Amino acid sequence: MTKKTKSLSLNFGPQHPAAHGVLRLILELDGEVVEKADPHIGLLHRGTEKLIEQKTYTQALPYFDRLDYVAPMNQEHAFALAAEKLLKVEVPIRAKYIRVIFCEIGRILSHILNVTTQALDVGALTPSLWGFEERETLMTFYERASGSRLHANYFRTGGVHKDIPLKLVEDIEKFCKSFPKIIDDLEGLLTDNRIFKQRNVEIGIVSKQEALDHSFSGVMLRGSGIPWDLRKSQPYEIYKDLDFKIPVGKNGDCYDRYLCRIEEMRESVKIIQQCIERLPKGPVKSIDNKISPPNRDEIKQSMEALIHHFKLFTEGYRVPKGDVYTAVEAPKGEFGVYLISDGSNKPYRCKIRAPGFSHLQAMDYLIRGHMLADVPAVLGSLDIVFGEVDR
Amino acid sequence: MISKLQNLEKLINSELSIKVLNSVISNEELLIEIKDNDLVEVIQFLKSNENCKFKQLIDIAGVDYPENEKRFELIYLFLSHENNTRIKLLTKFEIDQTINSITKIFPSANWMEREVFDMYGIKFKNHPDLRRILTDYGFKGHPLRKDFPLTGFNEVRYSEKDKKVIYEPVKLEQNYRNFDFESPWEGTNYIKEIKNSDKNDKKN
Repeated sequence: MTKKTKSLSLNFGPQHPAAHGVLRLILELDGEVVEKADPHIGLLHRGTEKLIEQKTYTQALPYFDRLDYVAPMNQEHAFALAAEKLLKVEVPIRAKYIRVIFCEIGRILSHILNVTTQALDVGALTPSLWGFEERETLMTFYERASGSRLHANYFRTGGVHKDIPLKLVEDIEKFCKSFPKIIDDLEGLLTDNRIFKQRNVEIGIVSKQEALDHSFSGVMLRGSGIPWDLRKSQPYEIYKDLDFKIPVGKNGDCYDRYLCRIEEMRESVKIIQQCIERLPKGPVKSIDNKISPPNRDEIKQSMEALIHHFKLFTEGYRVPKGDVYTAVEAPKGEFGVYLISDGSNKPYRCKIRAPGFSHLQAMDYLIRGHMLADVPAVLGSLDIVFGEVDR
Repeated sequence: MISKLQNLEKLINSELSIKVLNSVISNEELLIEIKDNDLVEVIQFLKSNENCKFKQLIDIAGVDYPENEKRFELIYLFLSHENNTRIKLLTKFEIDQTINSITKIFPSANWMEREVFDMYGIKFKNHPDLRRILTDYGFKGHPLRKDFPLTGFNEVRYSEKDKKVIYEPVKLEQNYRNFDFESPWEGTNYIKEIKNSDKNDKKN
């Protein structure tokens, strides 16, 4: 007599600490082995793309903070670049440097969160306690530049909102000196840790071909050994002039992706240091008052400035007809904005390409044949944030 | 960069000839327009051709133009790592047409097509699992169509009486107000309407 086996379906989430937000994962289990995973997403869907169609370009920008909320400014960057490409605006050099500094801070913010929560998912509590202290410091930098810790709304078409104070630059420099030590500490806890390695090495392996087929980008692609980084291959802003390396993995497993993220943080620190060394003086937003508002004191003096101010904050600026796709290397991968303008003051269509969407899609194929306990490890290494997956 | 795109444009035009309806390079981006029937063949060509090698599908974007006869547009974005180029593929079609799914060529198209289906109601032929993806279970309508209202039709709340989340028609204290801030010097909509009606009156 043969024993009949029945597969068990299990609801993982929507409220599960290792689901990194609101993911409902329906797993078909044979004993402890996962046979099929069906992610149900959209629990955090807010209709960002629909809302953007109703707003002027300036008003649309804050929605991008709310996508991947652990690295807000990288998202804003993609939208600002898209609008600039259509408008053909020159961004002042100082603004470019400031943008790069804050994008790299965003990258560190995101990678700390990911590395430490991944460790938390597989059972290590301490890294997250150490890491979150650094994130707090970085978020105060955000706050001192933009006025808020998370939803910065700092980038503008043609530059950034306000110049950064000198003291802030000094403090970021100080942070760059002290932070590598923290990365060493984190590595000391994790890199050679037996348990961490047992949970991550050779788990969720992605081959080169599969990484391409599944539209992977960012660390998911580099972890599998494809040296591709938009900052190097299609450089935007001033990345061309900066000296940094792109860490590439070998085996494409969760552990390699962890190592890539750690190395990327070190590279980001280097980038920030170079930017601070070279930070030029000058304006921080386009001097074209048809696009960026005039100074406060000018408004008190000049009628024209007052009109510009009024028009910019009611009508906004009109963007020439056309469509563009701009992508930035966000911490999670290629974050792109496909913008269609009909020549009015509002975007006709704004398609947001979120890296997490394609990564999560591959969950089914990544987890097949693995144990149930590997689900959080794989999910953690995908670096999912539901703000951007659900949009 | 531009010359690379021009070469690519030439190559695609000569290789696919009649399949290409239109091709433009604007803002340093190449856009190819094709018929919806040729989609699978063209994408297969772009993926496998030695000089194209568009091995990665970046995204599929739907666009809605309610006033056009061919109401919907789909834009496929591809990236070639080897040649470091991007390409946009455009196809236009009518409201009740079904489009061939490209999940066989690019597995990652699965969710992207599901999203387009969810947002625009565009159906894909031979798609393995065409369900809604982002909207709620049992959602009606297609939110990114231009005729779908921003506020939607239903709202949810927790009902203390029924001890569960219930759906109700949207009730707003104040309706959504869409101000027309477009510069009157360049003609806002209401002035254009008055002008048009004047013209019509004169004709009559």
